Amino acid sequence: MIKVEKLTKRFGGFTAVNGIDFEVQKGEIVGFLGPNGAGKSTTMRMLSGFLPPTSGKAEVAGFDVFADSLRAREHIGYMPESVPLYTDMRVHEFLRYRAALKGVPGRRLKERVGDVLELCGLQDVEKKIIGNLSKGYRQRVGLADAMSHEPDLLILDEPTIGLDPNQIRLVRDLIRNLRRHHTILLSTHILPEGEMLCSRVIIINKGGIEALDTPQNLRAHLGQAGHILFDAIVPDAQAAASALRALESVQSVSHRADGEWTVFTIHPAPSHDPRESLYRHAVDNKWRIREISRPPVSLEQVFAEVTGGEEI
Amino acid sequence: MRKFLILFGREVSSAFHQPLAYVVLFFFLIVTGFNFQAGVTLLNTGAGTVTMVQAFFNTVYFWFPFVLVFPLITMRVFAEEAKMGTIETLMTAPVKDSQVVLAKYAGCLFFYLILWAPSLIYFVVFQEITGVKAAGAVGSYVGAYGMLVLMGLLFTAIGCLASALTDNQIVAAIISFAAILGFFFLGLLSFLLPSTGTFLRELTYYLSPVEHMMDFSQGLFDTRPVVFYISSTLLVLFATFHIFQYRRWKS
Repeated sequence: MIKVEKLTKRFGGFTAVNGIDFEVQKGEIVGFLGPNGAGKSTTMRMLSGFLPPTSGKAEVAGFDVFADSLRAREHIGYMPESVPLYTDMRVHEFLRYRAALKGVPGRRLKERVGDVLELCGLQDVEKKIIGNLSKGYRQRVGLADAMSHEPDLLILDEPTIGLDPNQIRLVRDLIRNLRRHHTILLSTHILPEGEMLCSRVIIINKGGIEALDTPQNLRAHLGQAGHILFDAIVPDAQAAASALRALESVQSVSHRADGEWTVFTIHPAPSHDPRESLYRHAVDNKWRIREISRPPVSLEQVFAEVTGGEEI
Repeated sequence: MRKFLILFGREVSSAFHQPLAYVVLFFFLIVTGFNFQAGVTLLNTGAGTVTMVQAFFNTVYFWFPFVLVFPLITMRVFAEEAKMGTIETLMTAPVKDSQVVLAKYAGCLFFYLILWAPSLIYFVVFQEITGVKAAGAVGSYVGAYGMLVLMGLLFTAIGCLASALTDNQIVAAIISFAAILGFFFLGLLSFLLPSTGTFLRELTYYLSPVEHMMDFSQGLFDTRPVVFYISSTLLVLFATFHIFQYRRWKS
């Protein structure tokens, strides 16, 4: 559905997107993750045909988005980050106008507008003026606009930004329902969102792709960076720590006191799991145990790892 | 063509969705009404040689709102979309840049024509009440309204160009106002320069809306202004198209 080769965009001396390559297959939901200013919006603007690239090439549905822009655009529904709408129009007028502009034939307009109104839960507000709508409704109007001409590909730039938690949930459910009919490329800097919605994730930083995989694989790949929590009552914390350090497949151990309990944070050697030997060791020494656990690595840790930033 | 009509429809409806349209229409009616009244007074005091149509289209009260109205009509068209960001959704729909530029231009022109349409009623009323013919011949109407349209073509294009230059409507209005006024005063020079036949005199005549209107409202047809207005309109529209593309590609 999308094919991007060596796509580059420079603004003056600043390189916003630096020679990225990726492909998206039909029916996927792909998430663009990255810190602010990483080049997510610029890439999306180029894919939607709004910005011409400095070099490189991008295809949507088999049409070059620059050489054959009009035909490529017929297959794309794009929602920019700020969700710009004509605030002087009524919701159904706006959707009708946009659908007609994007080539929905006159006899199908009514049906199409009715469909997207229903899909996005906008029937209650269809006669309202867009300028008077709340942010959540505007977001949904933007989404309805993006899919009004039944495009094969939806490009959604930060679809849940600035919404309250309930609205975020609604928009997410909506996106999840859309995956049956559309291929979706969405950007977000909310990582759990990428994890929840996307079948694949592209982590982009400083204009380049840092990682591209399923959220599960990314986590598994970096899973070895995870740690083990070991919570016990020990007679001497220092001695216990050095004893644990001596265990096979343990790389490092740190500890802190929590009342009479001592909480050890244990980093295992790559692709080893020393939880069982920890348990045996505790039993042998008659330590009382409260917890042995290995918290799952979140995408946030993966993200921090890949982008070299602090955890967010 | 369908896309153009859809865009044009949107331009016209958005013009009438904002209060400014009605404020402009209202004050325009007042000033042209006042202009009409001034024309009648002129005829009453018996200058004798002019017709109502000539009197209407050649007073200060005609030129003042005429020059002022273009920035108000056009300042919005490109600047507002750029400011609100709707340009991004507009230009990612499958429409050509040229369709967008022409539709916006045509929308402004349409509003301009709507502004002037009621003035036709004045002449009908004038003839009904006074029994005097408002114009010497039909050519006088054709000339005056034809010139009104020709000048409208160029000045609307200048306004659109100014609007495409900036995100700020006020700045757009000031640029187009300055450009139109500058052009207008250049034409007025022909009244200051004494001798006829010199190159400068000819040049300023060629550029003078006031002189063009004077001739055309008498029913005198001259191809030079027609060629001038149409060719310069095309030039300005061409520039608008390129500035519109350039600003988007640079963003």
